[in-house]
Amino acid sequence: MTAYLLGRFVSLALSLVAASLVIFLVLEIVPGDPASFMMGINADPQAIAALRSQLGLDEPIHLRYLGWVAGLLHGDFGMSYTYRVPVADLIAERVVISLPLTLYALALSTIIAFPAGIIAAARRNSATDVAVMGATQIGVAIPNFWFAMLLVLVFSINLRIFSAGGFPGWEAGFLPAMKALTLPAVALALPQASILARVMRSSLLDTLHEDFMRSARAKGLTRSQALWRHALRNALIPVLTIVGLQFSFLLAGGIIIENVFYLPGLGRLVFQGITQRDLIVVRSVVIVLVFAVIAVTFLVDVAYAIADPRLRRHGR
Amino acid sequence: MSAHARRTGIVSAAVHHPAFMAGIVLSSIFVVAALLSFVWTPQDPLRLDIPGKLRTPSLAHWFGTDHFGRDMFSMIMVGARVSMAVAFVAVGIGMLAGVPLGLYAASRRGSLVDEFIMRGNDLIFAFPSLLLAIMITAVFGPGAVNAIIAIGIFNIPVFARLSRGAALSLWTRDYVLAARVAGKGRLRISAEHILPNIVNLLIVQGTIQFSLAILAEAALAYVGLGAQPPLPSWGRMLADAQTLISLAPHMALFPGLAIVVTVLGLNLLGDGLRDLHDPRSRRTRP
Amino acid sequence: MTALSVSGLTLAIHGTPILSDVDLTVGAGEIVGIVGESGSGKSMTALSVMQLLPHGSQWSGSIKVAGNDVGAMTETELCGMRGRDAAMVFQEPMTALNPVQTIGDQVAETIRIHTGTGRREALALARQTLDRVGLPADRFPLDRYPHELSGGQRQRVVIAMAIALRPKLLIADEPTTALDVTTQAQILDLLSGLVREEGMGLMLITHDLAVVAGLADRIAILQHGSVVESGATRDVFAAMRHPYTRALFSASAHVPSRTPPPAADGPPVLAVSEVVREYPQPRRGLFHRPPRFRAVDGVSFEIARGENVGLVGESGCGKSTLARAILALDPLDGGEIRLNGEVFSSAGDGPRMTQRAGVQVVFQDPYGSFNPRHKVRRLVCEPFHLLGSPPRGAELEARMLRALEAVGLSAGDADKYIHEFSGGQRQRIAIARALIIEPSLIVLDEAVSALDVSIRAQILDLLAELSGRLDLSYLFISHDLTVVRAITDRVMVMKAGRIVEEGPTTRVFEDPQHPYTRSLIAATPSLAAALAAPADRRAPSGRRDA
Repeated sequence: MTAYLLGRFVSLALSLVAASLVIFLVLEIVPGDPASFMMGINADPQAIAALRSQLGLDEPIHLRYLGWVAGLLHGDFGMSYTYRVPVADLIAERVVISLPLTLYALALSTIIAFPAGIIAAARRNSATDVAVMGATQIGVAIPNFWFAMLLVLVFSINLRIFSAGGFPGWEAGFLPAMKALTLPAVALALPQASILARVMRSSLLDTLHEDFMRSARAKGLTRSQALWRHALRNALIPVLTIVGLQFSFLLAGGIIIENVFYLPGLGRLVFQGITQRDLIVVRSVVIVLVFAVIAVTFLVDVAYAIADPRLRRHGR
Repeated sequence: MSAHARRTGIVSAAVHHPAFMAGIVLSSIFVVAALLSFVWTPQDPLRLDIPGKLRTPSLAHWFGTDHFGRDMFSMIMVGARVSMAVAFVAVGIGMLAGVPLGLYAASRRGSLVDEFIMRGNDLIFAFPSLLLAIMITAVFGPGAVNAIIAIGIFNIPVFARLSRGAALSLWTRDYVLAARVAGKGRLRISAEHILPNIVNLLIVQGTIQFSLAILAEAALAYVGLGAQPPLPSWGRMLADAQTLISLAPHMALFPGLAIVVTVLGLNLLGDGLRDLHDPRSRRTRP
Repeated sequence: MTALSVSGLTLAIHGTPILSDVDLTVGAGEIVGIVGESGSGKSMTALSVMQLLPHGSQWSGSIKVAGNDVGAMTETELCGMRGRDAAMVFQEPMTALNPVQTIGDQVAETIRIHTGTGRREALALARQTLDRVGLPADRFPLDRYPHELSGGQRQRVVIAMAIALRPKLLIADEPTTALDVTTQAQILDLLSGLVREEGMGLMLITHDLAVVAGLADRIAILQHGSVVESGATRDVFAAMRHPYTRALFSASAHVPSRTPPPAADGPPVLAVSEVVREYPQPRRGLFHRPPRFRAVDGVSFEIARGENVGLVGESGCGKSTLARAILALDPLDGGEIRLNGEVFSSAGDGPRMTQRAGVQVVFQDPYGSFNPRHKVRRLVCEPFHLLGSPPRGAELEARMLRALEAVGLSAGDADKYIHEFSGGQRQRIAIARALIIEPSLIVLDEAVSALDVSIRAQILDLLAELSGRLDLSYLFISHDLTVVRAITDRVMVMKAGRIVEEGPTTRVFEDPQHPYTRSLIAATPSLAAALAAPADRRAPSGRRDA
């Protein structure tokens, strides 16, 4: 197991390095040079020169990359050009909204999807199955930001149960904060839950056809005993991958949803960075999100090793 | 069973597959609307009519008018054209680049080239797709072309993985070994024996990617990084609707429904195609 | 008391008749063999007894397990019956166990669901049962997972799951078909021992007459869903009242008539010298170089013109790897291979394309050997790719026809797709494809192993006739000693990457020198030997040493 996880760890560390290179290079090839891009067309040449030296653009490219990475390792993301504060502080303020939102949505998605997928598979071709599958088919087709607008229309404007946006801050208490995150989380979660329920159902149906399910029935297990004791754990293995991928979808989806609900999270930060051409902020937020995705991928690999003994004994 | 009988078998199975037929009908609405918009729309979608703004649906304006008094129905028709073009080209990029890469990687299984291609794919997968799209459009400026490139890049690993996986299992088939014993090279076997046998799979995945691309384009346009004004686009129509949602809910309703119907239609079509080609659900042996 | 009595069992699935009017009884301590070819309905008979039939099944008649009518049982009662009164062992041990649960838990589960005992007690019983099936505690602790066991060991776990509660009836559906012969002998021995000692009734389903002939007290022969003949094993074989029984018997023991090969002149068709093939094994750790597994370890032999040579061995012995090396599908790690005296492939140097036309191949699986999108015409002509100037037009047509006719097909078949043919016909097309460029050697890799015995006999006749007429050499690779004995002049026995014995087929079979060859031959069920054995087969003999 350690050999397997060590191997996965090294490969993920390598993809993190590769990702940082890609992010660095994409922003390096902006039209013109980063300094004039950030300052705009009408900027004062002196101000551009000052920014150039602040960004270290006079140094060779590989030194700048290494300097950036070294800074990242110390938690130093550089100074924001527009806010004039360390980017690390900006991110720290925002991540306490974006991360809970993503996890909230992921929890909702799994809580809805697992039972729905299991029931649909267990009662294949029944009315329940058809209803669940029909609902998920529509859920998959709904853009989450449109769904968010509909939720606002119904629950904020008409029913006035939730506020239409904004965030009171965690210091206002856990429940008010969670309440502010509820509509955004639901908007994010439902389309993803539809996907997850479909994957759960089809994975379970595939497992139900396996030979060992017939062995279980021949032992005297009822259909549902066989499903719970033997099919579920096997079916979960491919589903884990999708749960991991959903984290990445939800994190990215959050960027858009935060804009619908005016939540001051990383998504708002990155758009402000884009409109104000603050490449340092954009680059930092992107690398933080990629790091989060890669970390979750590693957690999924760990979960894999726990769920599947064939991986646990890998390398023996 | 002759080839002809097999073909008519597929047709009759298709007709008796309600989800597949629904998919065909729903996606056709979208294609017809897009094509028709080139020659005819009920109103000029670009004509401003400030006094007639925010009208609710009527006979003159089937889907009402927006905050500039433009006809929503006409705008949605032209928006279909933009969505379809972006999605079509983006998925095309993904297929044209991804499938050859996947086939090549499969034909050199375990080699450095294979490793390189697959690790590159993993790398693209590690980026939340929307995030990189946002980054690309942020740097190169918003617009339909950059949206296409951004979405297209994410389709490459999807098709590369799919075709590599399917091709790997075909490479172990005896008929591929027989072709190698007949002296055929890897390239020729890939073209002659592998590709034709994964085409169905690619079509099914292509349909699904097409619908995902429409959703992605709508999201980019919603945050202002898609097609630019005055060209109408579904995503931006929703962005415009957002601030006016309590005043004019119809502005949010119709573009959203257009997206849902289109994506739903394409997904049903894709699922139906998979069912029709799945040997488990259809008898292929006589 | 009878463990099982079936009378008038008729079954249809989605309206297609599968079984009609089947009568069977299995007494306590009795072994009843059910024999039939594929599609005869033998597995469906077993699933009817267990009431695990696929959706859309409709059955009538009477099935009584240990005296209880299963037709009258509710689903709950059926679950109580399965695993307690009647248990089943399936064909494919590799997939019959849950991969994410320990073997101890899987065996204990049978006990727990029926008796409601606690986990600890059930595990103790599971331990005893695993000991009973030959999986001792020191080597097979309860916390092993299925993927850590070999196929034969997994089949023992499946048997342990089935017998944990000492059911009255044990159904074994082709329990040894997926296993090597020596493992097959051990498993059959275990099953018959259990029957005698525990007094269970065993319903043994198989396609292999030799397996039941040596083991069963009574047999029933199934054809197209009906029992065509049944009775005491010896009586059935002695009388053979039904023509199908006779056909099955003669096909099982079929030896094609062959002309001996002409005296060899000129260089051998195939000369393999000191061939080595290695594979990297999975990495043990990140910083260790993966160890290499030597699948073929310094093998040398020759095949003369017109000679049929057999290569036998159990799975994993390296015979398929050797075949791939001879076909130059993989590069060699050592040694060289010559075709008709010229170097074809050698270590460090890939295959010479000009030589490729000298060797062709027929694979095992008649369903996977052809691209489903091509017509027979294109499939059969594919090897012409090897010729510098392939024939065209009328010449191409004539040669394709000649190849099709040589294997007993007609011109009309050229424009059909492969799915329009049966398994036996597909193997004929595979042979036509191999013949068409007139190679001097054809490698037959388990080429008849997937076929029913009657079809197999026809294909063996065809192969023998072609070899005699066209002076073709064969390398006949198989795990089935009976078939190899029937068709080859010379045989080689392979074990762990090396050839341990080689010689004229008759000599090797009648007077094996190497202990491994002896164990293989002893383990192979033989129809003739089983029928010639003394009438009292209650104590199985000659199998133990296998």
